[in-house]
Amino acid sequence: MIRTTPFHPRLSELNTQGLYTHWQGYLSALRYTHAPKHEYFAVRNAVGVFDTSPLFKYRISGPDAERFLAGVLTRDVRTCRPGRAQYTLWCDDRGYVMEDGVLVRHSATDFTLTAARPTLGWFSDLTGRLRVGIQDVSDEFAMLAMQGPRSGMVLAGLAPETASLAYFEHVPAKIGSHGVTVSRTGFTGDLGYEVSIDADHALDVLDEILDAGRPHGLRPFGEEALMMLRIEAGLPLVDVEWHNSRLAFTDAQRVTPTELGMGWMLRGLHTDDRPFLGRDALRRELTAGTTRWASVGIVVDWEDWDRLHRDAGVLPAKDEHPLPYESLLYDAPAGGTSIGYVTSFLYSPVLQRHVGLARVRPDHAAPGSTVNLELALHHQNTTVTARTARLPLFDPARRTARP
Amino acid sequence: MSDLDPDPPSSSRRSTTGGYDAIVVGGGHNGLVHAGYLAKAGLRTLVLEQRHLVGGAAITEELVPGFSFTTFSYALSLLRPEIIHELDLVRHGFLPLMMPSSFHPTGDGDYLLLGDDHAQNVAEIRRHSRHDADAYARYHHDLDRVVQAVQPLFDNPPPDVFGHDPDDQADVRWLLGHLGGVDRRVMHDVVRLLTGSAADWLEDYFEHEAVKGFHASSSIIGSQVGPMSPGSGLVLLFHKMGQHDGHLGSWAFHKGGNGGFTQVLARAAEAHGAEIRLGARVSTVLTDGGRAVGVALEDGTELRAPVVVSALDARRTFLDLVDPRELPGDLVDSVRRTKYRGVSAKVNFALDGLPLFPALPPRADGGGVDHFGGFLNIGPTIEYVERAFDAAKYGWYSERPFIDAAIQSVVDPDMAPPGKHVMSCFVQYAPYHLRGSDWETEREPLGDTTQAVLESHFPGFSNLVLHREVVTPVDIERTTGLTEGNIFAGELLAPQMYFFRPAPGWSQYRTPIHGYYQCGSGTHPGGCVIGSPGKLASQRVLKDLRHS
Repeated sequence: MIRTTPFHPRLSELNTQGLYTHWQGYLSALRYTHAPKHEYFAVRNAVGVFDTSPLFKYRISGPDAERFLAGVLTRDVRTCRPGRAQYTLWCDDRGYVMEDGVLVRHSATDFTLTAARPTLGWFSDLTGRLRVGIQDVSDEFAMLAMQGPRSGMVLAGLAPETASLAYFEHVPAKIGSHGVTVSRTGFTGDLGYEVSIDADHALDVLDEILDAGRPHGLRPFGEEALMMLRIEAGLPLVDVEWHNSRLAFTDAQRVTPTELGMGWMLRGLHTDDRPFLGRDALRRELTAGTTRWASVGIVVDWEDWDRLHRDAGVLPAKDEHPLPYESLLYDAPAGGTSIGYVTSFLYSPVLQRHVGLARVRPDHAAPGSTVNLELALHHQNTTVTARTARLPLFDPARRTARP
Repeated sequence: MSDLDPDPPSSSRRSTTGGYDAIVVGGGHNGLVHAGYLAKAGLRTLVLEQRHLVGGAAITEELVPGFSFTTFSYALSLLRPEIIHELDLVRHGFLPLMMPSSFHPTGDGDYLLLGDDHAQNVAEIRRHSRHDADAYARYHHDLDRVVQAVQPLFDNPPPDVFGHDPDDQADVRWLLGHLGGVDRRVMHDVVRLLTGSAADWLEDYFEHEAVKGFHASSSIIGSQVGPMSPGSGLVLLFHKMGQHDGHLGSWAFHKGGNGGFTQVLARAAEAHGAEIRLGARVSTVLTDGGRAVGVALEDGTELRAPVVVSALDARRTFLDLVDPRELPGDLVDSVRRTKYRGVSAKVNFALDGLPLFPALPPRADGGGVDHFGGFLNIGPTIEYVERAFDAAKYGWYSERPFIDAAIQSVVDPDMAPPGKHVMSCFVQYAPYHLRGSDWETEREPLGDTTQAVLESHFPGFSNLVLHREVVTPVDIERTTGLTEGNIFAGELLAPQMYFFRPAPGWSQYRTPIHGYYQCGSGTHPGGCVIGSPGKLASQRVLKDLRHS
């Protein structure tokens, strides 16, 4: 039986399309209007709101909560002060990525972890004798992402205590008469916040936000716009960029944090004394240099793209809807060897280029390396020239700017 | 911002103490594009702009605190996409925002509202005419094919059919080869559009008057034609040559308006090494023995360069900046014969809130106003627009004008204070030459006429008006220098296009004076914020420099 989120009664009124997908058992709007690209521009140029309530939320607390999380999460939770949040991964004991989430630290002993997939069982089985409780609070909170250059302005008008939030900080706040938690986080690569609200008060708070945002061009955005935003932002998505290693059949389906582009989480891996799941395997990977892939952006050569299409007698397509399949990368235009694959691909309106998230052999990863992307034109496979690029592809200064 | 290219061009590579390689007269968008390309090629390039800001007719001005007005040009489509990449504009802030809807009141209280979803658009057209529902797809398909056929002509300089050197002859062979490859039916459509009326062309597809009226609106922009006049087909096709993110005929609103766009161009040109000098009005191009050697400013300053490029229209390029006696008589005659005849005005509003369209009332939650996301097309039927044109034939402005409006702050909230709006209204017909009056006298009456038409579609409109700016053809000419206020720097008439733009034999950006070039909208392919004249002229300059 499909469920609806606490925001649904109001957001569905604003949805003129009736197009939904199923997100972990919840109805989730694909788009609110006929133009998801317009919703995307709300985030890139004004402010947009996205109902992110279907995320799983776990309250992790107790005297040993930090010790527990330090042992299961890949990134060192001890560096996360109360009032801050961390994007993190968790791996299996072979150093392959399982899933990702955002960890919010409320106090020395109290955390909330949001995750895209249910993970209570996995974590609970690892607590052992540690004094830590893990509680699934997913249904108790609604979450609204407010993203875009005007998000801070609109939010600060409602809850002045949020005005001083730095990137990945969070604060308890009040919107209307209701207590909420606001974090400066999101999945769009823009300035943005996520508001966590007691489910019972979700509609009241949503109404406050919609009213405050309306003069600023606030629009709700759906999953189609979100996909565009997160690809430009270089943010990987489980079951698109990678698969949970616990559920994979072969190592070819698995990635390590380094291969996923998250090697930065392993800073100090060789020197710190923190035992965590996958640590030894990750140390071996880095020492032996067995990393198979590098995660990079790719940017298509616009001239080559246009020429190929024109020569084929069609107008050069510039489609902002991501390809729903993986494409291969080759080291030469024709008859080359496969050297990688593109997991997400679209035409980016703000970058004015076809761009993608890709995984290439490390020797092809240097920014600016030429790669050849497979492209089917008139039922024939050909390739189009592209270059590798640093992630994120779109990275406005406002994303991380100090308040 | 983004850093997609591994090797960003270094800025200001060269010092300007040694003088300039090229001087561009006029900092409109084509002058800036041109300077960008020259500087990128390594030329020490100076742009001289008479006003206190660059942009020419593509400017944004904060007329009332917090309200940004696109004084003249107000949306973006024709800009050739390769210029975005070649001049690295994204790095400098290029941001074309989607205009998600087109709204066309049908004059009887109903409307046509089109958006980004083809199937929903078809359903909307079918609401008015079942016949026209499937015609809609055929119409756009056939037009797209015409655009495909014409595009190479658009994106390359016209061959010099009057020239005799091997390069010219090769160009002519290229052209004939290309045309020979065009499908017969498509070629017939090309000719019908280039020579016929928009009304005749639309008749072949649509039966419903409002559906035809909606599609005819782009056929008269900036031109002394009605939709029933031969020649309006060409104007319609010209506008279809534009695109937004690959969608032919679609328009975008640049962040900060078209003035925001020309600021991007200026930053890009400067990053490539060009220098821009504001408040520098050029009075004369200096020549010596049939060669350009520099320019003299109005204040008497002389600046030297072996290449001088005019981004002004042909009238100014050939008759004002140089002495016509230095030019061949037939060129001077052609330039004098060129039709300008500005017929467009702007009426720009600061609004206290969104207007009301009775058939689409806003909901309590603020929704239900999706029809204000793009152009508001006030010209319900072809007959309405043709009647609006009638007045212009006899030297007067329309009693009920055609209005192409856009509430730009809906798309870009930075254009107005929160909850307030700016509305740009392109108004036609308002002929430059009025019979029995002048534009000083008629400026506010034109504003009143425009406002009355808006009031008839949006009851209560006038109560929302916080400020009104009326820009007449004379204002356009006075501020931007565009002759007779023609927004295209010379009308888009068949005898003023391609081989003949701006004059027979001078369509390749050169002039009879060595080292003196032209790069404005008066040259091929023509007006609109398009950039091609600036780009194609730079190729000519650089080619000539390599050969000299």
